[in-house]
Amino acid sequence: MAATIYRDALRQCLIEEMERDDDVFLIGEDIGRYQGTFRVTAGLFDQFGERRVVDTPITEPAIVGLANGAAMAGLRPVVEMMTMSFSILALDQIINHAAKIHYMTGGEIKVPIVIRGPGGAANQLSAQHSQSLEGWYAHCPGLKVVAPATPACAYGLLRSAIRDDNPVIFTENPGLYGLKGEIPDDKDFTIPFGSARIAREGKDVTLIAYSRMVHVCLAAAQTLAGEGVEAEVVDVRSLLPLDTETILASVRKTHRAVVVYEDWRSGAFGAEIAARVGELCFDDLDAPVGRVGGLNVPMPYTRPLELLCIPNDHDVVDAVHRLN
Amino acid sequence: MAKPAHKDLIASPAEVEQDYRDMLFLRHFEEKCNAAYRAGKVGGYLHVYIGMEPLAVGWLGCIKKGYDRVIAPYRIHGHALTLGSDPVKVMAEIMGRAAGLSHGKGGSMHLYDVEKGFYGGWGIVGGHTPIAAGLAFADKYRNEDRITLCYLGDGAANAGVFFETLNMVGLWDLPIIFLIENNLFAMGTRIEYHAADTELWKRGVPFGIHSERVDGMDVFQVKRDAQRIIDRVRRQQKPALVEVMTYRFAGHGAADNDQSLYRTPKEVEEARRRDPIALIEGFIREHNLMTQEKMEAIDAEIVERVEDIYHQADALPFPEPGEVYEHVYTDMLPEEGH
Ligand SMILES: Cc1ncc(C[n+]2csc(CCOP(=O)(O)OP(=O)(O)O)c2C)c(N)n1
Repeated sequence: MAATIYRDALRQCLIEEMERDDDVFLIGEDIGRYQGTFRVTAGLFDQFGERRVVDTPITEPAIVGLANGAAMAGLRPVVEMMTMSFSILALDQIINHAAKIHYMTGGEIKVPIVIRGPGGAANQLSAQHSQSLEGWYAHCPGLKVVAPATPACAYGLLRSAIRDDNPVIFTENPGLYGLKGEIPDDKDFTIPFGSARIAREGKDVTLIAYSRMVHVCLAAAQTLAGEGVEAEVVDVRSLLPLDTETILASVRKTHRAVVVYEDWRSGAFGAEIAARVGELCFDDLDAPVGRVGGLNVPMPYTRPLELLCIPNDHDVVDAVHRLN
Repeated sequence: MAKPAHKDLIASPAEVEQDYRDMLFLRHFEEKCNAAYRAGKVGGYLHVYIGMEPLAVGWLGCIKKGYDRVIAPYRIHGHALTLGSDPVKVMAEIMGRAAGLSHGKGGSMHLYDVEKGFYGGWGIVGGHTPIAAGLAFADKYRNEDRITLCYLGDGAANAGVFFETLNMVGLWDLPIIFLIENNLFAMGTRIEYHAADTELWKRGVPFGIHSERVDGMDVFQVKRDAQRIIDRVRRQQKPALVEVMTYRFAGHGAADNDQSLYRTPKEVEEARRRDPIALIEGFIREHNLMTQEKMEAIDAEIVERVEDIYHQADALPFPEPGEVYEHVYTDMLPEEGH
């Protein structure tokens, strides 16, 4: 194992995959000469050159469209979205094209692209730069969607994404890039899609989350432990495909569940998780499934209001209290 | 590019002083914003207009303020201030206060002041260009002789939606001016790495749009070009595209702290020779329009004014928690709670 941070785990995986396979290339805005807005691609332009680390104009629909075409021709593009909010501009290429091509061609054509970048709120970036869109993508058959919470998960899932023959949406979070952790010394380390992880064991209530909200749940679990409540935290990490079994197994043990997500509360992917637990675990539940989501508003700029919008550990503790 | 033509300038000393004051005010306002950011009083993205002042002062000085429409991306403090927005409200917005132009909900990138004809304030690069066409469409529809002035960056000039918009405004003769603020950089990417043809003014040509490249550093030259082009668009009720050559002396945003990745100190030093403030000061000296003492007094007066604006803004409260749900809709509240 080697100590690293989330950003560098991603970077290391990119380097190893590019060294392994000449078909893997990076494309995006300010990723090369400028080293990447969040420095995930730092040094890669110097190491691999402009053939494989492609700086683009500001033109997201065409970047993803070009990546689709390159993938159809056999390359393995890894697209960086400077923030996932800008992927909205490329929705047509992602949803109307990438997600449909394999099916529409009856399996004749593959589109192995990865679209990665930070999703969710950072610090006062306002309404157009703070959105959590993974639920939109996880709604869409033909895409795979992951949202790792730790450096090791980022490292293993990114490799799976790059080696996967389907379009993958890989959501990071601006608040995670500096997170410390360890990654295995293994250039073939992968984490299969559709495998959730128990981030903390407990017997009294299950907290279900992905990406940065896993850490919010872990903080809440600490507080709850002080009250004598042992929370189990399930890190979903892969939304599509979803490891329903691991979630259900935990709920069958604890009999209580709260789903936690940063996305707008209403209609988010967490609602899908809650629905599955309700549907498949009804007899095991001692209380209705709880939910904690972001407020149903565009993200305000001013810090006091922004902090209200993003779920925190107190909100999670309150939700657990409300179950009883 | 037209040559600067100081010699044949017909501007009164009072006008020169006003332009000097206006540009200096923007300069000091932006420097204060940067300082406030460093002091933790401003969050998020902060993009200042240092070096680009004539694009606001010159061009907006030639429109019918409060009548014509202005729309710009996110480097926009200068536009709001020059259009006459209350500077305390501008600063208050940048500091996230309830009395800010956007009630603390928008921040530096999202300033709006419709009474002054200012339609913001947009964070999605290129996204505001068809909106600008829509403003002009409304005026043509109602048969009003307003024009719309749409600012955009050189980076934004690559967005597909901008080309689609140019086609429409060319097709329908909309009374709009696209003003490309060519400061040579889109974040950390130099124009030669982002544009296949770096002469961005040509982008209007295929759509039958009157297109030209003009200077953006010498405020008097800027005003002459602006007046000519604005008059033409108003008279002909047809669009124009102008590439205004300028330079971004500051980083892309307040958090851009490794500028060596995209430019050399030598380049900045050379560009500094055409710093708009230095140019107008040189002009004032050359024509003996003010004494050195007077220039220094003006500078000190403006610094003090900006300090005062800052302190007034800083004394204003943040929004109340309940305001988070306001303005999602015009007529209802969203579902509350987590
Ligand atoms: C659609 C979209 N993609 C990317 C970004 C990130 N971004 C913000 S500003 C910027 C550079 C824009 O440069 P330019 O248009 O030249 O304006 P300038 O900052 O130089 O004034 C980029 C890439 C964004 N805001 N929106």
